[in-house]
Amino acid sequence: MAAPVSNPVPPDKALVALHRFGLGARPGDELGKIAADPRGYLKAEVKQQDITLIPPDDPRNAGLLDSTAAIQASMAAAMERKAARDEKAAVAMQPADDPAGPAMAKARPAVPRIEADIYRDEAQARFDKALAATPGFVERLVGFWSNHFCVSAAKAPVVRASAGAFEREAIRPFVLGRFADMLLAVEHHPAMLFYLDNQQSIGPDSRAGRRRGRGLNENLAREILELHTLGVGSGYAQADVTSFADMLTGWTMAGREGRLGEPGTFVFNPNAHQPGEAMLLGKTYPGGGMGQAEAALNDIARHPATARHIANKLARHFIADDPPPAAVARLAAVFTKTDGDLRSIALTLIDLPEAWSAPLTKLLTPLDYVVALRRAVGPSTGNEPQRSLRWLRALGQPLWQPPGPNGFSDQTDAWASAEGLKTRLDIAWQAAKQANDIGDPDETLASLIGNSVSAETRQAISRAESKQQSLALLLMAPEFQRR
Amino acid sequence: MSLLCETPNPSRRAVLMTGGALFAWAYLPRFARAADNRDPRLIVILLRGALDGLSTVGPVGDPDYAGLHGDIALSLSGANPALPLDGFFAVNPAMPVFARLFKAGQAAVVHAAATGYRDRSHFDGQDVLESGLPGPGNATTGWLNRALANLPAGDRIAKAGGLAVGPSTPLVIRGAAPVLGWAPQALPTPGDALAERVLDLYNHRDPVLAAALQKGLDADRMAMGDQLDGQTMNPKGGLGNAAGMRQSAQGAARLMAADDGPRIAALAFDGWDTHVNEGGATGRLANLLGGLDGAFEEFEKGLSERWKDTAIVAITEFGRTARINGTVGTDHGTGTVVLLAGGAVKGGRVIADWPGLKPAQLYDGRDLAPTSDVRAVLKGLLADQFGLSAAVLGDKVFPESAAVKPMRDLVM
Repeated sequence: MAAPVSNPVPPDKALVALHRFGLGARPGDELGKIAADPRGYLKAEVKQQDITLIPPDDPRNAGLLDSTAAIQASMAAAMERKAARDEKAAVAMQPADDPAGPAMAKARPAVPRIEADIYRDEAQARFDKALAATPGFVERLVGFWSNHFCVSAAKAPVVRASAGAFEREAIRPFVLGRFADMLLAVEHHPAMLFYLDNQQSIGPDSRAGRRRGRGLNENLAREILELHTLGVGSGYAQADVTSFADMLTGWTMAGREGRLGEPGTFVFNPNAHQPGEAMLLGKTYPGGGMGQAEAALNDIARHPATARHIANKLARHFIADDPPPAAVARLAAVFTKTDGDLRSIALTLIDLPEAWSAPLTKLLTPLDYVVALRRAVGPSTGNEPQRSLRWLRALGQPLWQPPGPNGFSDQTDAWASAEGLKTRLDIAWQAAKQANDIGDPDETLASLIGNSVSAETRQAISRAESKQQSLALLLMAPEFQRR
Repeated sequence: MSLLCETPNPSRRAVLMTGGALFAWAYLPRFARAADNRDPRLIVILLRGALDGLSTVGPVGDPDYAGLHGDIALSLSGANPALPLDGFFAVNPAMPVFARLFKAGQAAVVHAAATGYRDRSHFDGQDVLESGLPGPGNATTGWLNRALANLPAGDRIAKAGGLAVGPSTPLVIRGAAPVLGWAPQALPTPGDALAERVLDLYNHRDPVLAAALQKGLDADRMAMGDQLDGQTMNPKGGLGNAAGMRQSAQGAARLMAADDGPRIAALAFDGWDTHVNEGGATGRLANLLGGLDGAFEEFEKGLSERWKDTAIVAITEFGRTARINGTVGTDHGTGTVVLLAGGAVKGGRVIADWPGLKPAQLYDGRDLAPTSDVRAVLKGLLADQFGLSAAVLGDKVFPESAAVKPMRDLVM
């Protein structure tokens, strides 16, 4: 009789701490010590002061712009690009024998893409933080919430310029704070308002709506209900979406001319706001400007459907694609009891027995794979962060650029693809070739995967034909890829 | 009440009556007709984000169309006139290849179509579109893979497996039947030595990763195999822009043209969620449609003599509102188009039981009302290309859909 497969040894506690909860081991990590008190190891990180933030006092981060400055820079660049295009068009209109024509076109260099520079600096800061984190559970939470409340840099240059600032301003300060506060910060942020088209949504009966004949855009309202809070199928109807979109009219970003306020900042524009009371999920919200939608957001942040939706997503992210119902129920209960206190929820995650007994079956997402690989390899040659950003594009998870407002998939099926695995192999090989210093393969294995490594993996690594190949094999090993 | 569009070819109703008469028909090994060397292919293109069918194939003959679709409505006059398909419909001018194929009888449109899904969540809508299940849920397999899995064992279509194009595998082709994966990317490759060692390790420790990696390596060898000049394709971004769509079609066509290559493929193109400044004959949507048109052209070129056996179907999770919104775009709607192209398609037809665009004719007072079921189209293609029976289609491939009859005679 075949041995029952379903008698699994509990996974190695150090690997659970470092892979399931963290961002992966680094050479020099003492896995035995971590295994002795893995929960304490994780909780120590959560307790650190300001651990969720990109440290502003680090000189490497001194150049980061807040979202207002980033958006203003993008607006100015857009004007310059337009001027350059107009000039080029004017030159093209000139007769070919006019000597000034081609010379002028050459004289003016292409306008540099300021948005790409800002995006790269933000990516660098994010990678720096991830590479230094011990063990990175808090950064994993940042990644979770950033994907939950995602914006896409592909939407427009202003979103590319402000995607990093959005994460620093609307996500990070609240990752161990209150869910309702994060929700309010996100939905007030210009990057989100722009990404989900609310900056142009106008109440049909508002002054601007009557004058300009433009109207509602329900994109933001729908995605708040469906993705950010209650979850699809939780009982709201099309009428709720429309009505909530009415409430959100006037939530916008001040434009370049500054007619509504400082360009690039959030403003409430009463002229675009749909007047009067509005109904959401059977409750009437009296008219009253910006406070109307804020009151609605505060209510849906506390809705039981929101607690279930968030609990389910967290358990799926940290435990298994089909999360154990008891773990989901426990997280939802803590969410409700603590009024969405995300620090309590993080500590609950660490304490969940299922997190320490479920087998390590999830495949690292591309983002976590690239970070884990860079942590494992240590210093290397190559142009960062462009190299990591290129790898992420090749793997199908470009940074801050999900295909839709539901973010990147958190399921193994989406990433365990033929093309994905082949690309991981290419990347592992590149990383191994570029590593500055590859230590003794056995020692590297001991500090990155530890004693629970399978005989087959150990053998494959020890029989490799070069140090580079041994490192690439380690980076491709199931023990490295799964969590 | 509803206007049945008269086109030079049989109407949808006529087609359905023929299909009904043949309902008792069972498995017919039509895919392997030695006599005419027929070797059918099916390519499924998913347009994720909800395609505005009314700006893709505009009902320019409907008196209510221009008023509802406003500044972005297609028109037969103006600077960028739409390309007329028949007396009533015209295709977006960004799609000249499609218009040419239509004239040549190699492209068709099913209009006012929708899946069985009637809410407006992209993600649930895509789930239904790709899983083929009656409603959204935790689907892990797609209808295209189940179609493959239900072909007779040993059949050459089943043996060659499916092809998934893009960095991740679309749900529609996930499942038990083998699937190759390929995407246009250009990273230096590590050579066979490392690959063989990693494969050996996976074969011992992680069969799921082993199978995936093996397929990825196979696909790469096949796609690169006949590039004798050593030219590699440079990635130009994801599959949400025109260049990426064209490139992915180019590579997929190369893989599918091979005698031992996959006969069935799925591609997912992103970016169709046009809430703001959608554009009409030019602009954002037109750019994307130009990419889709380029993909049709690449398949036509790359499949060369196999083009005559090929059917391409482009589908989306749902349509968009008939009336433009407050930001010169459209919000999530219901009815939309299915586009068919390929040498095997009985083209030159817009198949539509046109519901009309008067306020009372709109679904929920806002969307193009669906009168055709996308599943009927897909079932018809699977039946006529691969000989899958209505019973298998209604039970295994699209569970609980026996009432949705295959739309027959879409292909030769």
